[in-house]
Amino acid sequence: MVHVCTIVPISLTVGANRIIPAVAIPYPFGDPAKTPEEEYAIRKHIVEKSLKALQTEVSEQTVFND
Amino acid sequence: MSFRVVHYINQFFAGIGGEEKADHRPEIREGIVGPGQALQAALGDQATVVATVICGDGYFAENIDGALEEILALVAPYKPDLLVAGPAFNAGRYGTASGGVCAMVGEKLGIPTVTGMHPENPGVDMYRKNTYIVETADSARGLRKAVPVMAVLGLKLLKGEALGTPSEEGYLEKGVRHNVFLSRVGAERAAEMLAKKLRGEEFVTEYPMPTFDRVPPAAALKDLKNATIALVTSGGICPKNNPDHIEASSASKYGAYSIDDLDKLSCEDSETAHGGYDPTYANADPNRVLPVDVLRDMEKQGVFKKLYGTYFTTVGNGTPVAYSKRFGEEIAQKLKADGVDAVILTST
Repeated sequence: MVHVCTIVPISLTVGANRIIPAVAIPYPFGDPAKTPEEEYAIRKHIVEKSLKALQTEVSEQTVFND
Repeated sequence: MSFRVVHYINQFFAGIGGEEKADHRPEIREGIVGPGQALQAALGDQATVVATVICGDGYFAENIDGALEEILALVAPYKPDLLVAGPAFNAGRYGTASGGVCAMVGEKLGIPTVTGMHPENPGVDMYRKNTYIVETADSARGLRKAVPVMAVLGLKLLKGEALGTPSEEGYLEKGVRHNVFLSRVGAERAAEMLAKKLRGEEFVTEYPMPTFDRVPPAAALKDLKNATIALVTSGGICPKNNPDHIEASSASKYGAYSIDDLDKLSCEDSETAHGGYDPTYANADPNRVLPVDVLRDMEKQGVFKKLYGTYFTTVGNGTPVAYSKRFGEEIAQKLKADGVDAVILTST
């Protein structure tokens, strides 16, 4: 499992092992200030990072930054 | 008038025997037995231990319902005003039995009950809400210290005296909140705590955080191309009008909804039930919280084999940790049973 969330310290506290930082609390996978195409690209980037994290062996809690 | 007390102990403290006598069936004896002597000394002339009920830990653990019935039938004729059990220290079965007897006798006879356990005894979490559990050491070496605290607490309960905080009275928190007025507002108290923390001084929190368990990381996904990926969220995304009425805060349930026929989520079919963040952006485009559109496109492109046909969702907003744990366990079981290889959990 990979946890995509904005407040990474909470994710660390509750014990997620693979963590992807998200954009913002009300829109973790988007940005309403951007065009729909740009938003889709942001979302795709986070999902791709998530899939990569899922394929990465970890031995402890790991935050996958860009 | 002296109050009447019945004392519950196991076969070991009754001097009957150790593990080889753990199947000892419930019996009751007049007066004090074993640690009852220390209990009677601590109660003084205000209360009298009129009888001691004894049960083997193994017998209790293997026949919980039956044993409780038998124990109640033995205790009731003595018309106790208070039941004291143990202390059980860190003995798991003894703690479970002590807590169980306290809870049942307290409920059926309508009397106060007190027991004693080490904080890590499994009986604590099972019965802390149903009885008063005095904090003890992990072994019988703590008897002399624990019994007087149990006696004082029992006498206060008998006389209906107001209790102080759990730490003042020496018992483990029952999870009960009382409103109290303090002379200084919360902001002042919090700032003072922060200052103490920054100076490296000791301070006592007014709201202890729950403790979270840890799980070892799952192995890496080996074969993405043939993987089934599932989506789970605490961001409250649900079908329009929230058909199962998932609560906006302190959720008591989660939902499971099909996305088999959807290429993406839209404001026509989905929304958020979450009451802890501004829902404007999620309601306008729910893919911002649950990225169904991107995952569906990747599935079509063959990046992975399948987007699992159901997403699981709840509202993570003041939701009790115990509920979250249960939701997680149930969801994980269903996903495993359906052969899901990996999960993307999204949170707001």
